[in-house]
Amino acid sequence: MFSKTNVGVIKNILGSIGGFPSQKFKYAESAVNAVHRERELIKSRELERDELRPLYMDFQATTPMDPRVLDAMLPYHVNYYGNPHSRTHAYGWESESAMEKARKQVADLIGADPREIVFTSGATESNNTAIKGVARFYKAKKKHVITSQTEHKCVLDSCRVLESEGFDVTYLPVQSNGLIDLKHLEEMIRPDTSLVSVMTVNNEIGVRQPIEQIGQICRSRNVFFHTDAAQAVGKVPINVADWKVDLMSISGHKIYGPKGVGALYVRRRPRVRLEPLQSGGGQERGLRSGTVPTPLAVGLGAACEIAQQEMQYDHRYISALANRFTQKVMAAIPDVIMNGDREQRYPGCINLSFAYVEGESLLMALKDVALSSGSACTSASLEPSYVLRAIGADEDLAHSSIRFGIGRFTTEAEVDYTANKCIQHVKRLREMSPLWEMVQEGIDLKSISWTQH
Amino acid sequence: MATSSRSQVLSLYRMLIKESKKFPSYNYRSYALRRIRDAFRENQNVSDPKTLEALSNQAWDTLAVIQRQVSIGKLYTAQKTVVEDPVVKETR
Repeated sequence: MFSKTNVGVIKNILGSIGGFPSQKFKYAESAVNAVHRERELIKSRELERDELRPLYMDFQATTPMDPRVLDAMLPYHVNYYGNPHSRTHAYGWESESAMEKARKQVADLIGADPREIVFTSGATESNNTAIKGVARFYKAKKKHVITSQTEHKCVLDSCRVLESEGFDVTYLPVQSNGLIDLKHLEEMIRPDTSLVSVMTVNNEIGVRQPIEQIGQICRSRNVFFHTDAAQAVGKVPINVADWKVDLMSISGHKIYGPKGVGALYVRRRPRVRLEPLQSGGGQERGLRSGTVPTPLAVGLGAACEIAQQEMQYDHRYISALANRFTQKVMAAIPDVIMNGDREQRYPGCINLSFAYVEGESLLMALKDVALSSGSACTSASLEPSYVLRAIGADEDLAHSSIRFGIGRFTTEAEVDYTANKCIQHVKRLREMSPLWEMVQEGIDLKSISWTQH
Repeated sequence: MATSSRSQVLSLYRMLIKESKKFPSYNYRSYALRRIRDAFRENQNVSDPKTLEALSNQAWDTLAVIQRQVSIGKLYTAQKTVVEDPVVKETR
């Protein structure tokens, strides 16, 4: 768990402190300083041929493709390879009609018109196009963009770019349950605000923002409203008309579709105009030049249609599994905190903080289960998740959090296995943890001032 | 439900289950079995011939999809997952 050299260094420093048994302090100190440690715990390694595969419990990072989706796509990988924009031969026509069918399937899932769907390479591109596109198109009159602190990295980064171009960006804070304060949002809207961007379901803590109310506010104030619905599409019912959403990002690989494809919904009435990021052949109404990848688009369409058919069934099943998991874990171990609002959430994303246990150590112990401490995009850094910091989680709790993702293909046996392993290892790690021992003795950890080095 | 169609539905059900058991992937296999059972249970009281026909057409299409996907799955097998070992157990 701790490297030898680290302990040695700490021992020297702690030698000067009296009053506490040094054995205890040694470990405590090194746990607190986990932030400064080099990333060394989890090494990447490929599975051996005869090794068993870990369970997949990271459905927020990506999902396996549904066999029905692959079945719909394969013909377009094999025989129907025409360019959907070729207007002069049958190869083009058959690809075009497949692409248009897919467009309709996507549109139907979110209650839109097929003409309002633009195929992109994924939610990251959709988010970039929407945010930069709208802001830049209206920059002559409007120079202000509002977003929230818990958005996905690609939204925050797009906003940073806008800031460097001279735009004003407001990063709305969230409350401790992860939801934004509607009153605060309303106060922040200025006459020169062009766009509000708030995600529907958070990828790390699974909370559902009040999109309908935000849409209402934005419409009444004449501000365009973009939502990143990558984690929500196909999992919760969505209707862009009821929600008054003007732009919506959709991702293929979060809904059991292929990777490398996504869609952007762009409202036609009232019309939203944007400056395209890419220049080229003017495909997709000129908003996204470049040949649409027919097989991927077909896969996205099939995934959307299946999601629509299976939404209720999946939701019921996933909620039951999620309840089973949380109840099992929380009943067996004390001091487990569920991050994010308890009610306003998507049940398939469970983010738990196991107090007095370091998340990385637990992840390493749970090597039989594919899990993550947060977003895959940021999991390379040892810094605690900015989403957890934004909801005001304590530094040590943010370090001890793990995200459990449950999806269409998760089984009861997998949930039970994960819960049991989790309980076993949290108990084991806590037994080793001096912090836990101190808490058991009734010492308030917050009252201790740790030495820095 | 007429007897003949009842036996047809049952044989369709058996074929779907039999085919789904061949999925090499644990997750696809358990999902297919669960989904088929639930779908047939959900529609067990359907008696309208038109709905019945639509449902059975859908089931035939699904059977073809499963057959194709099982073959693909067999071409690209991977290691078993930790919950399958040592005995391959039924999840329900």
